[in-house]
Amino acid sequence: MSRPKTPYVAPEERAVPDLDSGKYLVMWQGPNHPGITGNMSLRLVIEGDSVVDCETHVGYLHRGFEKLMERRLWMQNFPLVCRIAVPEPDFNEYCYAAALEELAGIEVPDKAVWLRTLSLEMIRLASFLMWIGGQAGAFGHGTIAQWSVTMRDYVLDLFEELSGGRIYHMYIIPGGVRADVPPGFLRHVLETMTVVEQNLKDIELVMFHNAVMKMRAVGLGYIPPDWVDRYGITGPNARAAGFKRDLRKDRGYLAYPRLSFEPVVGAESDAFERARLRLAEMFQGIDLIRQIVDFLPSEGPFRERLPNPLHWKIPAGETYVAAECTRGEYGFYVVSDGGDKPRRVAVRGPSYTHAVSVMERLVRGVNIADVAGLMVSLHTYPPEIER
Amino acid sequence: MRELADMLSGRYGAREWHDQRKDLSSVTVDASKLRDVLTWLRDEAGYAHLAFATAVDEIERKVFRLTYTVHNYGTAHGILVHCEIDRDRPVMESIHRLWGQAWTYQREMREWYGIDFPGSPRVDEEFVLEGWEGPPMMRRDFDSLAYSDATYAERPGRETRDPAAYMKEKLYPEADA
Repeated sequence: MSRPKTPYVAPEERAVPDLDSGKYLVMWQGPNHPGITGNMSLRLVIEGDSVVDCETHVGYLHRGFEKLMERRLWMQNFPLVCRIAVPEPDFNEYCYAAALEELAGIEVPDKAVWLRTLSLEMIRLASFLMWIGGQAGAFGHGTIAQWSVTMRDYVLDLFEELSGGRIYHMYIIPGGVRADVPPGFLRHVLETMTVVEQNLKDIELVMFHNAVMKMRAVGLGYIPPDWVDRYGITGPNARAAGFKRDLRKDRGYLAYPRLSFEPVVGAESDAFERARLRLAEMFQGIDLIRQIVDFLPSEGPFRERLPNPLHWKIPAGETYVAAECTRGEYGFYVVSDGGDKPRRVAVRGPSYTHAVSVMERLVRGVNIADVAGLMVSLHTYPPEIER
Repeated sequence: MRELADMLSGRYGAREWHDQRKDLSSVTVDASKLRDVLTWLRDEAGYAHLAFATAVDEIERKVFRLTYTVHNYGTAHGILVHCEIDRDRPVMESIHRLWGQAWTYQREMREWYGIDFPGSPRVDEEFVLEGWEGPPMMRRDFDSLAYSDATYAERPGRETRDPAAYMKEKLYPEADA
């Protein structure tokens, strides 16, 4: 950790390079580039092999979800919302369902609370497994990506068993969950956790005790602690800067107050620290899943009866429901005017801040070869920016 | 939270304080005082985190209702701060100097609702709608279905069903009309 940090550039100091001087090169990275997480692009201004300026460009994946939702019945939106963030869809389902339940005054059965918690922890693990493959790949360790994507597939097998879907599960619905666990499912969960845990130990040895990884990631993308509130940084990116903030603890939603865990906090706030912290959260997630399997009630209803979905009107009101996804605060702002369709649904994804404002600031002064590693270290999903 | 509500009411004329949950409240202020309110909440009351900012089109009342969500990690409490602006002259003061990511939300509101934020960085640049020539698409009077029907041709041989009618027919045939 003795290597100097990435040169600090004050947020207000945006370089205005003279592109006619011949000193600079404008280069686009993305939207189709292995170092870009999803479909977005960076317009980089390069001097030598260092980035002088950066503009992010999104819009390649805009599907108009928020507009579409205003035209559809409350229940018709349920299969739509999960598609907003592809690798981690269940948080959309939970936030949307929880907002509707709050506005409609619906209590969710205890078993559904536990099953929702299980679903969210499993998708957190799957999302982290996808991320760690990208992070390793960005620094030239493609084998780790193959391992971790295989492990993610094992977790997706569990989702297929639970919900019938691998990517989009549509499992958490207003009122509870769509189905109880199938026979033998909990045993499969525990078996899979053993395999994933062993593989993560291998990944830890290969990736985090690796000279190349340390040389490239230590000091890269340093986020000063005073940026955290200034830019609305949340999740592992904030925790790696020393902030003990985790909505699972702070808000205490679902069954998290009944689980034993403490937020993992770092200090160095660079790409290596963020990666180390996320790895620790993956081990913690496996522990949480085991706790949930232990506590999961074997009996009881898993869904509250809802009114006829075709005539379901939700009382006028508004709410904001947020949960801690792998990237930070994921939230739904829902407004009802008392009708059978939403007046407004706004989605708050953590990538909105991390991939645009923070990325544009952090990338200045970075070697061009490290841009991809830096972006992955912020763990961004462009689909949730564009919605 | 009563103390905070009284403080906002006394200092800035805030009204309609509502406790939605124990960790979430909402309040309405005049648009001209919004920047002062947010600055005070950030610097004096501990609401240092801007979660998001967005708009709701209240077309019936001819206003845009803007919502700024701030959060205090110390007390684990959030506030939805609302203000209303004229729908026919949608201009709002920029808060990009209060939070480093606010300009992105303002750029989005500019593109999606046509609300201007003078001085906000890159506010007139396209955000997610590259090459869009229609009206601001999130306004309630923009009919996305009519736009789609007028702009794009149906693929031959494809049958389009009304989702509500199809759902009723297949899943709830016994439901009342």
